[in-house]
This record gives sequence, C-alpha cells and structure tokens, in this order.
Amino acid sequence: MSETAALLRETAERLLRDHCSRATLEAAERGEWPAALWSALEASGLPEALAPEAAGGAGVAWREALEVLRAAGRHAAPVPLAETMGATALLAAAGLERPPGPLALAAPEAGVALEIVGGTGGWRAQGRLAAVPWGGQASHVVTTALLDGRPQVLLLRRADAAVRRGSSLAREPRDELRFEGAPLRAAPLPPPLSADAALVLGALARAAQIAGALERLLEDSVRHARERSQFGRPIGSFQAIQHALAVLASETAAAATAAALAARAAERGDPTLAVAAAKIRAGEAAGIGARIAHQVHGAIGFTYEGALHFWTRRLWAWRAEYGSERAWAERLGRSVAARGSEALWPDVTAGLGAQVDAASDGGVPR
Amino acid sequence: MQRLQLDLLDLPPAAGPLREEVRGWLREALAGTPAARRARSWGGFDPEFSRRLGERGWIGMTWPRRYGGGERSALERLVVLEELLAAGAPVAAHWVADRQSGPLLLRYGSEGQRERLLPRMARGELVFCIGMSEPGAGSDLAAIRSRAESVSGGWRLRGSKLWTSNAHRSHYMIGLFRTRPEAESRHEGMSQLLVDLATPGITVRPIRDLSGDEHFCEVVFEDALVPEEALLGAEGAGWAQVMAELAFERSGPERYLSSFQLLLELVRAAGPAPEPALAAGIGRLVAHLATLREMSLAVAGCLAAGRDPSLEAALVKDLGTSFEQEIPEVAHALLGRAPRPEGGDDFEQVLGFLTQTAPSFSLRGGTREVLRGIIARGLGLR
Repeated sequence: MSETAALLRETAERLLRDHCSRATLEAAERGEWPAALWSALEASGLPEALAPEAAGGAGVAWREALEVLRAAGRHAAPVPLAETMGATALLAAAGLERPPGPLALAAPEAGVALEIVGGTGGWRAQGRLAAVPWGGQASHVVTTALLDGRPQVLLLRRADAAVRRGSSLAREPRDELRFEGAPLRAAPLPPPLSADAALVLGALARAAQIAGALERLLEDSVRHARERSQFGRPIGSFQAIQHALAVLASETAAAATAAALAARAAERGDPTLAVAAAKIRAGEAAGIGARIAHQVHGAIGFTYEGALHFWTRRLWAWRAEYGSERAWAERLGRSVAARGSEALWPDVTAGLGAQVDAASDGGVPR
Repeated sequence: MQRLQLDLLDLPPAAGPLREEVRGWLREALAGTPAARRARSWGGFDPEFSRRLGERGWIGMTWPRRYGGGERSALERLVVLEELLAAGAPVAAHWVADRQSGPLLLRYGSEGQRERLLPRMARGELVFCIGMSEPGAGSDLAAIRSRAESVSGGWRLRGSKLWTSNAHRSHYMIGLFRTRPEAESRHEGMSQLLVDLATPGITVRPIRDLSGDEHFCEVVFEDALVPEEALLGAEGAGWAQVMAELAFERSGPERYLSSFQLLLELVRAAGPAPEPALAAGIGRLVAHLATLREMSLAVAGCLAAGRDPSLEAALVKDLGTSFEQEIPEVAHALLGRAPRPEGGDDFEQVLGFLTQTAPSFSLRGGTREVLRGIIARGLGLR
C-alpha cells in the first residue's frame, strides 16, 4: 500500500468511525440527512480526492481512493461519498466545474428514458432517472451519455427535477428524478472513458464498498464466534464454524482483490471489463459472505437490535446496483467470446485492462 | 485476527518481453498438441519437452549461474510458469525439481550435491518427487513413521511413502523421515533426506488412479542405505523445513489453472456470439480467473518481499482449487454435453479428463480441510 493510500485509509477510518454511530445509521434509515457526517467529510476533502489538484481535488490515484471507498463500506456510511467521488472524477475529466454539495451519480439503465434534446450550448433533459442513489438529497446529478456521437458528462440540477422518494433494502435513498425540459451542462469525456462511464465508475465504487462491508462482516463474525458460548465452549472452537469463517475470509479477500484489479485498470485505460470482473466477483462474495455471517450470528443477527443487518442489507442492495452480476457477466462473456479463446489468457495477463470492450454498445473510439 | 496482506503486484517491466518470448516459443513448441493432452496441465510428463525448456534457460531460472541457473528474479520465473500452464505445456518431468527440490538443495544441500545435481536439474534431466504422505499419514503429516536410522556409513531407511507423484519416473526423492522416533513431541525428531531412488532396497510401485492413469506411487524402503550427506538441513528440523516449503507449493498458478484448458474449450464451443446465459456463465468464470490470478501474484509478491504469506497462500489455494473444480461443473451445466475421455470432440475429451481428475485438486498439496484449519488459525479461532 502506498503512503498516500495508507494516509487516506487512516483519515477515512477515523472520520467514519467517529461519525457513523448506530444512532446515525438508524436516523438515516428514517430519512434524516446526516449533516454532521457530511460536513466532516467535506472539511476533510475526501469527496474530492479523485479530482486533480487544479480542479480543487487531491489528485489521488484510483487505487488510493479505493481505501476511502472500502472504509465507506466498512462503516456503512449513509451518505453519497462514493457517488460524489465518482461524480467529481467525471466532472474533472470533462472539465466541468464541481458544484458544491453532495452529488448523485446516475447510471441510466435499460428501459429508463432520459432524452437529451437540443444542441451544443443548449441541451435539455426530458424524462426520468430511476433509483438514483441519494437523488433527492444531492445538490446535482452527474451522468454520462452519448451526445453528438461522443461520450459526454451531463450535469443536472436536482432542483430542476420532480423527486419521487424510493429506497434500497438498506433504506438508503434511491429516488426517481423526473425532468421536464431541464437545462443541463454537457462536456465531452476524453478517452478512454466511454458513454457509460457513470455506470462503470459506479460499479467500481460498489465493488470496493462491498469489499469494505465484507471486512466488517468478517471482523464481527469472528468476534461473535469467540464470545458466544454454546455446549460449554465458544462456538468458534467448532470446526464447522471455523471452516465457514475461513470461507468468509477467502471471499472477503477475493472481493478486495477484485476491486483493486478494477481500480488499477482505471488508472491505465478503459476499465470496463476489469470493473465487470470486480462487480461480478465482489457481488458473488457479498451473497456468500452475508449468508455465512448470518449463520454464524444465529438469531441475534436476524433482529433489528443486532447490528449485522446494517451491512448485510447493504451487501444485498449494492450487488444489484450499477449493473447486477448477471448483467456484467453477460457483457464480459460476450466480449470474451467475441475476442476468441486465443485472446483470453493474454487479456487476463493484461489485467483485463488493455483490450477493447467488444460488447460495448456505442463503439466508442479509444 | 491476522490482517490479510494481498496487495496487488505490479510485475517488473522485464516481464512483458519475457512473457512474449515464452508465449511465442510455446506456440511453436506445442503446435498440434491435442486439447486432451494440454488438459493434463502440470500432470503432463514429457522429459524431451523439459530438456528443451532447460536449453532455453527456463528451469532453475532463479538459481545461481554456477549451478546452471539464470539468476533471474522470482517474478520472472513466475511469468514463465504462468505461460507454461496457460498453454497446457507438459511440465511434470521438471516441475517438482524446479519448484521445490532445487530451492531445498540450494538452501540445505552440501556443496557436492549442489554441484552434482543442480546443473542437471536446470537442464531438465533429473526428475524429483516429494516423499511426504504415508499409509497412516495423509492430512496428518506428523503421523509419519518411516525411519532414517543413523548407522555407520550413512542412514538406513525403513518404511513406506504413499501417493508420491511420479516416483516411478523420478531419479530422486526428497523425503521426510523420523530420525529420532523417541522424540517427545510428534513434530520433533523428523528430518529431510535426499534419496537416490536407484539405491538397493527401494521398491517403487505405481498406483492406478480412478481414470486408469498411473502417476502416483507407493515407495517402500527396506533397509535402504543412503550416505551421510543425504541429510538435508538440520537433523530434527524436518517439520519446520517442510512447513516452509509448503508455502511455496500452495499459491502458485498451478493452483487455479489446472482446468484452464476446459475454459478455453468452453469459449471455443460457445462461438463468437453466445446466447445470454452462456455468455454470462463464461463471463463469471473469467471474473473468477482474473481475480485468482491477482491473488496468486499478490502472494508471490509477499514471498519476493520476504514476508511469510502462509495464511494468504492457504486461502488462495482453497479458492483456486475450488475454481478448478467448478469449471467442469459449470461447463457441463452450460452446454449439457457428456464427458467422453475417448472418442469425443475436444470439449468432451477435456471435460472427460477433468471430471475425473478434479477431485484430486483439493486433496493434493494439503486438503481443503487442512487449509481451512490454517485460515481459521490465522483468524484467531484456533
């Protein structure tokens, strides 16, 4: 781990540990905006970490920013930290000024229409964005689309949208935003980012958050297994429990490695396929990890009073966001098939980072 | 609870050209090799191929030049291993010598042994095997009973080793023996010995496996006398030496690539535009593959940096061998075709071979249960 990464990890850890109490998590689930947490984050500069210094950020690399995203998962931070980090990175890449406040990162999904009309200098948005994380609480919404035949970053004001509240399994806001000819700012994204960069960066963030949440599950489950006694001994002394926790540890490590693989690819070129791999692997680990943690925790883990659910509900929600495992697996598999068996090993040794995403829709030049 | 250390490893710049060189050489060397033979992976035994590889300098790459090595880095060696396995090259005739026996001799061997054996190992001429398991000592390695008794003129060996891969084709075994049966703790009093398998009093009997293949053996020692200098390392330090050796054995690319040829056949069979469920099945396997490769490299990075990655290595082997075992399952589920070791097309033959071989993946080199025990200990549960 680089020095910057270690420093970011420490900063994020301390800040989130201090501000993500159970009371904060519960209040957020009731719809309260955790203002103190967000102010502390803004003061720390973490939301801007990925933007270059010239754009008011810290200019850290993706593998370093990963530490912040993992910490966000480890503490179940009930704020759009990952989303704002991804959005600021996109705005900076496109040379758009970052507006103040928390930002939402919206990835248009199939069947949900946001139509962009007009032309350079006068784009307007018509239609809706579904299940936008913190859509109703963000100051602005950032997304990406193919406009004028090139991938562009779009910046919309939340105040211009009609908001219909929704929520995830973890009762984090997932709001529908409806725009009726709302003005927007658009600027081209430089290569290698593609028209679905918002989806890709969102998926990368979720893979990292899943890795962090799994670390927390592992820690809590191991502690529980050592403290809880049955049949006159700690349940962690039973081989059945030991082996289940060994699997949880392995899945946790796999999720963290997969997220790191994607972050590295984002530093080198088009990360789409590496992100696909990360989201697939981390998502699978989320399912397995949550199942094991609940089994080890027994009935107390199934109550609201216990704390396990703050993480397991997030894991179940996150694995389906910014592209499910199934969606990403199809995309990765189509690309592998199109490139043929001879290309598979060379592509893997290139960290899934160098090759063209054959399954990409827009045929984006890179 | 131990903190897991699996930082991504960035291979040195020299790795790129080396990888291309090896890849290009293998493309020619293996042209026309049937898929069913490539599927044997590191079980494929071909002394001629090993000799050719030795000529290229790709065996004993990290060893000192004076012993026939190439003084290359451990990570460069890893690049060669990855390419050999991904191509389905028959590497069994030198695999153990390169991975385990050579490094052991470098560390513990006498100068005479090193000078006599290492150059021939690096040329791919000497086959080695590992004598650990016994009839009464499988997962419970400390239960071994084979004895090496100190007598005038050397060590007298008695007992038997079991499941010793390629013993019937090996020149030497590095085996674990009890040198002090009266030792108080069962982990004490063991030593490693270098045994010339041509020594009188040693009988090697191949054991047929469930597929009809013969690759592992029983080796019986009946008062076989080996010289004094056969002792490797310190007398009584065998257990510690073997445990250290296993970390090298557990997380290499051979622990997640054993079924890779079937994944390639699956991609071939799927064609360039598979239907969605098939594409998703392939995509998922590739996601696992890419992740496992990074995990395995991360462990290699730990080793190269001088850290002890025993916990991480156990974890990667558990995940890697599970993946190797899952590929035949998934391939069968996706295409619904029969495993046919003989007479089928490439996919069916490779599926046939791997369906039968896969059970061994989570047995050899430490069972899944042993590995999970090691992980649990790292988690502070044991």
